[in-house]
Amino acid sequence: MGLKAKLPGEKAAVRASVFVAVFLAFPAAGARAMHIMEGFLPPAWCVAWGALCIPFVVKGFFSIKKKIAGNSRMLLLLAMCGAFAFVLSALKLPSVTGSCSHPTGVGLGAVLFGPSAMSVIGVIILLFQAMLLAHGGLTTLGANTFSMAIAGPFAAFGVYWLLKKLKAPAALSVFAAAFIGDLFTYIVTSVQLAAAFPDPGGGFMASAVKFLGVFAITQIPLAVSEGLLTVVVYQGIKKYSRPELEALKAY
Amino acid sequence: MKLWQKNLILLALVAAISVIPLVFVKGEYGGADDKAETVITEIDESYTPWASSPYEPASGEIESLLFALQAAIGAGIIGFGFGRLSAKSKAGEKN
Repeated sequence: MGLKAKLPGEKAAVRASVFVAVFLAFPAAGARAMHIMEGFLPPAWCVAWGALCIPFVVKGFFSIKKKIAGNSRMLLLLAMCGAFAFVLSALKLPSVTGSCSHPTGVGLGAVLFGPSAMSVIGVIILLFQAMLLAHGGLTTLGANTFSMAIAGPFAAFGVYWLLKKLKAPAALSVFAAAFIGDLFTYIVTSVQLAAAFPDPGGGFMASAVKFLGVFAITQIPLAVSEGLLTVVVYQGIKKYSRPELEALKAY
Repeated sequence: MKLWQKNLILLALVAAISVIPLVFVKGEYGGADDKAETVITEIDESYTPWASSPYEPASGEIESLLFALQAAIGAGIIGFGFGRLSAKSKAGEKN
């Protein structure tokens, strides 16, 4: 499969992107210390989160290139993972808090192709929603990418990896990965908002509790739904595409 | 139990999880992001959004059209994928 072989230019590109991220993110964040809506995050934070995302997306680009190289079935599976996230992030579901939110759908791809591959797919979905649906935003693209396309997939992948080590059944590992990936995305969103808008009285913590109340509680039942839907699709893929899952170490 | 039977049960569970709040919890069922806007303005009354979306759907109908389109494109690709995967695994092809 040649998964280990580095593509020409990868090292340089990843290094350059890390440099840009560090260079842009830290001064900007130091200037003051589901998706965030367009214009609802102060500019310094937009730049900081955006810069932090760059290395992950660059890494993801090369990771995808390597994994699908010369294998049309892998490409098909990747397209299905992207499409799954596309469908799920279009479904605004009602929740116990009396408001609606949508799942992220990035857990499936994170389990199959690894978290950084989902960073690329997540950016594409967020761009689509920001430009055509007035959902999320271009100025908040960096912050939203960090929560949905980086933090969520990495959490999902970590949970999957851990449960696999503990020899949990595949369906349970996939469910837990998708559940945690979804929930963690919105926890990060709440933290991002709390950091940018600390409560005048209670500071960061008081703010975080307020935003968690809005985002995280709403998200819990949705995360369960996402977990179940991810298991449905995963089991289907497992039935028809076992050799690929074994090659991806996601069997 | 066959795979399709298991999956049917899981899908029914998803439907139940979505319907239960609608039946038992009274709410406006607006978006959680709109609620977050309210929290932001509570914390910092002077904050005004400094950018607006490049394109706002002309109405709720147009917005739902675009969301339906997004879901339909995704579902189409997944269906196509499963079709190819199952056909290929039946034919015993290996790439």
